[in-house]
Amino acid sequence: MMRNAYNLLWLQSGGCGGCTLSLLCAEGPDLATAFEAAGINILWHPALSLETGQEVSAIIDAVLSGETRLDILCLEGSVMMGPGGTGRFHMMSGRNEPMKDVIAALAAKAGYVVGVGSCAAFGGITTSGGNPGEACGLAFEDDQPGGLLGAAFRSDSDLPVVNIPGCPVHPDWVTETLSHMTSGTLTADHMDGVGRPHAISGRLVHHGCSRNEFYEYKASAEKLCQAGCMMENLGCKGTQAAGDCNIRAWNGSGSCISGGYPCIACTEPGFEEPGHPFVETPKVAGIPIGLPTDMPKAWFVALASLSKAATPPRLKESATSDRLRTYPDRKSKKGRTS
Amino acid sequence: MSRLVVGPFNRVEGDLEVRLDISDGKVQCAEVNSPLYRGFEQMLQGKDPRDALVIAPRICGICSVSQSVAAATALAEVQGLTPAKNGQLVTNLVHAVENISDHLTHFYMFFMPDFTRSVYQADPWYADIVERFTAVKGTAVQDVLPQRAQFMHIVGLLAGKWPHTLTLQPGGVTKWVAAHEVQRLAGILGGFRRFLQRIVFGVELEAFGALHSAKDLMAMVDRLGAQHSDFARFMHLSRALGLDQIGRADGRYLSFGAYQEGDGHLFPRGLRNGSGLQQLNTGLIAEDISHAWMLGPERGLHPYDGVTTPDPEMARGYTWCKAPRLEGAPAEVGALARQVVAGHPLALDLAGRGGNVEARIVARFLEVALLVPAMERWLREIRSDDTFIQHGKIPDRAEGAGLVEAARGALGHWLKVEDGRIANYQIIAPTTWNFSPRDANGQPGPLETALKGAKVRDGETEPIAVQHIVRSFDPCMVCTVH
Repeated sequence: MMRNAYNLLWLQSGGCGGCTLSLLCAEGPDLATAFEAAGINILWHPALSLETGQEVSAIIDAVLSGETRLDILCLEGSVMMGPGGTGRFHMMSGRNEPMKDVIAALAAKAGYVVGVGSCAAFGGITTSGGNPGEACGLAFEDDQPGGLLGAAFRSDSDLPVVNIPGCPVHPDWVTETLSHMTSGTLTADHMDGVGRPHAISGRLVHHGCSRNEFYEYKASAEKLCQAGCMMENLGCKGTQAAGDCNIRAWNGSGSCISGGYPCIACTEPGFEEPGHPFVETPKVAGIPIGLPTDMPKAWFVALASLSKAATPPRLKESATSDRLRTYPDRKSKKGRTS
Repeated sequence: MSRLVVGPFNRVEGDLEVRLDISDGKVQCAEVNSPLYRGFEQMLQGKDPRDALVIAPRICGICSVSQSVAAATALAEVQGLTPAKNGQLVTNLVHAVENISDHLTHFYMFFMPDFTRSVYQADPWYADIVERFTAVKGTAVQDVLPQRAQFMHIVGLLAGKWPHTLTLQPGGVTKWVAAHEVQRLAGILGGFRRFLQRIVFGVELEAFGALHSAKDLMAMVDRLGAQHSDFARFMHLSRALGLDQIGRADGRYLSFGAYQEGDGHLFPRGLRNGSGLQQLNTGLIAEDISHAWMLGPERGLHPYDGVTTPDPEMARGYTWCKAPRLEGAPAEVGALARQVVAGHPLALDLAGRGGNVEARIVARFLEVALLVPAMERWLREIRSDDTFIQHGKIPDRAEGAGLVEAARGALGHWLKVEDGRIANYQIIAPTTWNFSPRDANGQPGPLETALKGAKVRDGETEPIAVQHIVRSFDPCMVCTVH
């Protein structure tokens, strides 16, 4: 069943290219297979396509003139507005015009416009430290509607910009979202208030966290490379950040937390300026400021002190150890041999 | 004389424009423009130094781990911290996975598709190469992507994800590697070795690493036959097209040393020029901004004192890239430079008369052949019952440098801490060296030199020789300016 090919054009601007590199790690299905199954025809992709130089400009011009249909426009990296709003921090090579203008002109022709990664979606890391490049997202600056295209922007499919967050994106988030588009089933009902598909933002990083037992008892790590929960001291935002990162593995079996470091909420607008060192939890009177999403503070404090009091020695000891040193006891059951 | 502007130059990491002055069917003069400025050095000013481990890797999605290792190394120097041995081993493993993956990505996805262009349709090897290396749809992409993804499982297990991990820290790594995980990693690595030997090289890695000369290499390739492996395919077309004759740079090679082992490196640090191996004095590195859209003192500054102030008027110059110079002269960096500085006889022989397109490609294969056995050794040396990290404290005032090797060559981070915050953070990336513009003395950067004399056929708007030469450096443009 090969439907009409869906023309996809991918551009990169104020970013690192890491979302494409993450996408190349797609497995089951791999990238080439996933695109083929979704009926996606790559008009041009900066890392993958043969076409270069004037051949690329010809592809872009054919879209702008209406000669070639553009079903999906993906942008990776933020939009560079600087210096002074001119966009000259990224003049598209070979065309001598600001990339921001090329992106805006193409977005006006596209069936769907997709912000791939937190930079394209919200500005991301490129806006940190005072945002020297005057970078922004396609339709947001942090969580404020606007960006390059403006809050009222709707693509030909009558949808706002679809934002696939993450720094980088998980490859499946991209392949599944694009496939959702080509199957014609993605609607505004599938998206949250900042344009992220619920398939991604409907989960918290906390879900499926391998350190959940430590979290339950507030058995906390004090330093990196310790086995305990990283929320209380090490800045972990897993209970507040969107993403199924601990349900759907990264690169085989990984996640930030399984790698031994805290979630920095890279799927959330504004993650790049947390207002505290990334690996430190800001506290007031010993209580972390950022509490789990949806949880009333008084309840959290009450439950935390209760569960801390009930922490089994096994967890207490392991939490500040650089590895699991004590193991769950096997209880022998009377009358049975094992 | 006619002028040709080639861009957007794709299958490089990021955006690139090359301006060529052409006459007599040859490039007479080239100017390389790195058109994107984001301002990472400005972003880092005033931050908590530890935050560099989050921000700096995001300069680049393809050399993210290298950026992490450079930042962690600079932070370790600032803290006077010696990493735990296990931490060093895990860092090397994660770094090697990235660098090997980058070499494969470069060869299969960035470099080889150019040989499927119709300009080569009359060549005897053409049909086979088209079937194998067509962009996106060739059989090689179908073979390599799943293997590369599976190889990345090593990073998934050790560092959580790729790119942009926080596992790599100044004192080691955040991940305790259990004994059973070492066994799993050995299995993944074994599968990857089998793939390399069967499909990529067509010979045992050790046999490839033991090659002593270009003559040995060609004898091996002739024995194997043109379609025995992807490396053999490349060598046959390279010799048919004379890729060893194009893309010559100055033959001055710089390496910061790759993969720390105790006090030294697996591939040692140094500088090699026409007079042989030299001691490397990194105090003599300076960045010239005479042809960059940057404001600051005319005289080149050492990166500890470097200034990054973009000129909003873009008044003079032709790129956002500064021009790093070592003792006033440009240097070529990358796998070839690394292996030449390390003194590998095959690399020395191939690069004998100046770096060239073929030598740069072969050096990446050579490096993969040498690295996988080293990875197997590092894996065996992990002691699961020992510590993986040492903890330190950021002092109020200190400076430190993180000098490492990314896939594409020498990467340096220079960090100054004052009042416990970042007072200056300067980065010189591999492609900053290779794709640097001219300096105040008018000396071109290595790519600009390598493009001089490149053949331009009648009517070519994207000269094929220029494509091969540019991509032979495996440029990373997002790193270049950062």
